[in-house]
Amino acid sequence: MNATGNTSAAVRLRVNGVVRELRLDNRTTLLDALREALRLTGTKKGCDHGQCGACTVLVDGRRVYSCLLLAVALPDSDVTTVEGAVRDGRLRILQRAFLDHDALQCGYCTPGQLCSALGLLIELAAEGGDGTAPAGAVRERMSGNLCRCGAYTHIVAAVTAASKTIAEGTP
Amino acid sequence: MKTFRYERPDSVATAVAGVAAHPGAAFLGAGTSLVDLMKLHVEEPTLLVDVTSLSLDRIGTARDGGLVIGATVRNSDLATDPRVRAEYPLLAEAVLSGASAQIRNVATVGGNLLQRTRCPYYRDVTKPCNRRSAGSGCPALESRLPHSPHLAVLGASPACAAVHPSDLAVALTALDALIEVTGPHGTRTVPITSLYRPPGDAPPDDTVLARADMITAVRLPAATAAWPCAYRKARDRASFAFGTASVAAALRMTGDHIVDVKLAFGAVAPVPWRARHAERALTGRRPVGHVLRQAVDAELVHARPLHGNAFKVDLLRNMTVSLLSELAGRAA
Repeated sequence: MNATGNTSAAVRLRVNGVVRELRLDNRTTLLDALREALRLTGTKKGCDHGQCGACTVLVDGRRVYSCLLLAVALPDSDVTTVEGAVRDGRLRILQRAFLDHDALQCGYCTPGQLCSALGLLIELAAEGGDGTAPAGAVRERMSGNLCRCGAYTHIVAAVTAASKTIAEGTP
Repeated sequence: MKTFRYERPDSVATAVAGVAAHPGAAFLGAGTSLVDLMKLHVEEPTLLVDVTSLSLDRIGTARDGGLVIGATVRNSDLATDPRVRAEYPLLAEAVLSGASAQIRNVATVGGNLLQRTRCPYYRDVTKPCNRRSAGSGCPALESRLPHSPHLAVLGASPACAAVHPSDLAVALTALDALIEVTGPHGTRTVPITSLYRPPGDAPPDDTVLARADMITAVRLPAATAAWPCAYRKARDRASFAFGTASVAAALRMTGDHIVDVKLAFGAVAPVPWRARHAERALTGRRPVGHVLRQAVDAELVHARPLHGNAFKVDLLRNMTVSLLSELAGRAA
């Protein structure tokens, strides 16, 4: 039984490999915990209602909308944000592919797109197959990330190319 | 958002007792729907009882050979489960047609079934809404503009025509799923076809469940396992959108006749709509074009479209006839 008699709680998260102990109001979403409490502002707040995907991060290896999850309900979770690219080679490969394919204009949705793409590659690997993401699958499976600049064509190309690079094991 | 207390009990009994004892309490699954509604001040619980640590996250085999799906199984885990994909593929299709990967990765089965309508007036506390507050009015129905295509054409009441948004619930309705419920006075089983309440005059209660009743599992009868079945959904964009109309169907043939058929419609009624008139008209018949059309019309004759959404009746007819024809081809 983990009960708190008040409206805040101690929350322990592992963020990009570092354990962080926080005291948070129960209302704090994972997104606000990352941006406001931990000052990790790579993760962006777009709609704050789970409709745009800008806040996408990975929790325990799964891509999620950090704006819809309460931090208090994620004890001891392992969180990867776009800042985790310094330690996750796959995120770096995705970043490089976004640059090479001009897969952004304003860039506001890009951290969410990158984390979502990493989650997509993890999901495809778990489902078997050769690890590459064909364009059709990328379009459907990246539908939870909006890009108001409309860079979709280049985003699909970047994710497909990065999936090949990662599957071939070449950095 | 209003402040609230948070508890994470480790037994169903404690969770139910916790909600029962506290008038402002609500169960919390992943929160993909509830947290959103709390931000909008549509829901203002003073205590959240987190049910995701209750070991209800497994999919197992029932004594009759059917499936038992724990209430906190994540939507994506349901959709990728090998037995679901092999024996009840329409469930996987329905789940994957809804929301986005980020939501499906955390959203629970129980939470999916109990999500509230997406009617924009329900979500806007500056507007009246009979479903939020009985008797306050309905700007959607009172509008003199053409009605939203997202309103119901079947089963609406003068108080509410908002549709139920779940795809999973439509597939489960076609499959005659049973909902396992634990409340303060013990456990019981509710057929999903009796779970949802038609709106009537007092629409705030979506379901027959009381406030401290908790869904613990969904059971799928073995009887419909491995029938040819499918889920089809029409929506405003190709992905990540609530339905405009959807159809879940499963059927069994002997020779060139339909011997058994299950049919449910989604996004067209305040509840997942079991099309029993159409089922009766299909049973024992050869699935040729005019038979299918007449059978679907036996259901759609009960449709009462509003000014602006009558196209949904035609859409539903075309989708259903096409889907039944495809399934009959597979079953033959």
